[in-house]
Amino acid sequence: RWRLFSDLLYKHNFSEIIQRASKIFVSHSQITRLYSRFHSLDKGENGALSREDFQRIPELAINPLGDRIINAFFPEGEDQVNFRGFMRTLAHFRPVEDNEKNKDPSAGEPLNSRNNKLLFAFRLYDLDRDDKISRDELLQVLRMMVGVNISDEQLGSIADRTIQEADTNGDMCISFSEFIKVLEKVDVEQKMSIRFLH
Amino acid sequence: LHFNHLIMQTTTATQLDDGSMEEEIGELRRSHPKSLAGGDFTLCDAFYFCKKGIESIVEDQVTQRFTSEELASWNLLTRTNNNFHYISVRVTIIWGLGVFIRYCILLPLRVTLAVLGLSWLVIGTTLVGLLPHSNVKTWISDLIHVTCYRICARALSARIRYHNKENHPKKGGICVANHTSPIDIVILANDGCYAMVGQIHGGLMGVIQRSMVRSCPHVWFERSEMKDRHAVAKRLKDHVADKTKQPILIFPEGTCINNTSVMMFKKGSFDIGATIYPVAIKYDPQFGDAFWNSGKYNMVSYLLRMMTSWAIVCNVWYLPPMSLQDGEDAVHFANRVKSAIARQGGLVDLFWDGGLKREKVKESYKEEQQKMYSSMIVGQD
Repeated sequence: RWRLFSDLLYKHNFSEIIQRASKIFVSHSQITRLYSRFHSLDKGENGALSREDFQRIPELAINPLGDRIINAFFPEGEDQVNFRGFMRTLAHFRPVEDNEKNKDPSAGEPLNSRNNKLLFAFRLYDLDRDDKISRDELLQVLRMMVGVNISDEQLGSIADRTIQEADTNGDMCISFSEFIKVLEKVDVEQKMSIRFLH
Repeated sequence: LHFNHLIMQTTTATQLDDGSMEEEIGELRRSHPKSLAGGDFTLCDAFYFCKKGIESIVEDQVTQRFTSEELASWNLLTRTNNNFHYISVRVTIIWGLGVFIRYCILLPLRVTLAVLGLSWLVIGTTLVGLLPHSNVKTWISDLIHVTCYRICARALSARIRYHNKENHPKKGGICVANHTSPIDIVILANDGCYAMVGQIHGGLMGVIQRSMVRSCPHVWFERSEMKDRHAVAKRLKDHVADKTKQPILIFPEGTCINNTSVMMFKKGSFDIGATIYPVAIKYDPQFGDAFWNSGKYNMVSYLLRMMTSWAIVCNVWYLPPMSLQDGEDAVHFANRVKSAIARQGGLVDLFWDGGLKREKVKESYKEEQQKMYSSMIVGQD
């Protein structure tokens, strides 16, 4: 732990980390706390997390969508995520009220906007990133959530009904705009936010 | 289902919306049009699992138990210097002075005491072992054990307060306590004699173990014997049946936890049918961190850290004895005892297994969640 501090102070230019990080996360103490967490997960001590590092968290390992959530941290084709990437992904879950404190007009749409939160959720389903949730992709996620407890036929009819309800342009897939429409009354800001205390 | 409890224990760094799976998904769906055809799935159900997953990435209940507790204010030991950085010249000078005192004055004194204490134990118990069985022998043996542990406690500058001494474990019973470090044994044995249970080691530990057992009965196992649960249970049963033998001391967590929580108690000791005497041990981390992070430090460096801390301060509470109730199984009994200890010591009561320090979590917990979710979308079978 002492090394963590000497790392921060001398090797990685802590103030630079804070400055760049504060574009993503406003509070200094939140950033320090997340860096501390990142460091404790980084068993290999190489400044980056692998999928195994995440799977070591028991509560995440038993989460039915655990693998998909872990996937969201890793950019296309990579198997390491650095601290910046770690923070960027977590920043989607900042409460929307936080934005009031940091009005930077040049920053563009913040990561934790309602839209971006929905996009994060959409991408849990849309594994191949083709901007459509196909029947197969929906079935895959359903199967992850229900395990062995529901038959293929029943799951298939659930998937069909879901697509039917959402699909407006008849392509038997759910596009992002159809996804947004279906969930327009859901309180996304609250349900996809966590409070990072102090 | 108690696993629901498992997922929802409150954390400090993030504030959980503490609802069960049913409540949370129910709320998500309230704003969504209800389906008509069979199957009650909605796209936003995934939000629940997603949020829980992200919360566990930011802070989880388990991995934090295997590293030392963080302090609110610095106690001048660099080992606890996680979030404190360079403050001023004055603090650094005071810290430097502290280092000198701890390493050059306290450490040599403590090491001397520890060596004296352990030598006393080995020599004393070997000599007593030569005596024939009698009340006098038992009395002298107890005296030697307690004296040794008292010397060792001084060697650690341990300040121990015992509460509710009227509930002190009696012969023929089993004493169970939460486990933070090997020092727990010294802490408890300062106030009475216990029969220890454990594996026979080689080296110095082995020498101590073998001499201890000459003067009074302890329960030492060979490594191969430990795997045979029935053999272990039988030896424990035989020991408690003999009312002249000291109460057995067992740490049912099976591994060291960082003294902020109590983790799953292994049911083996609760299946014997003996009276259980629960004991809660809570260390005050301000003067020295007692937790042994066995992955990070070996025994020698751990003891060195102990002897260069300011002091080991702790409270020990003896809880009223508990027994297996009618119709209760060992697992339920173990959980009941665990909750009592957690409540008394002000520790978080967790259902997670301390073995998660080294092993992967069981798939069955995930399967339980999947089952619960399935019943929500197709109704009970």
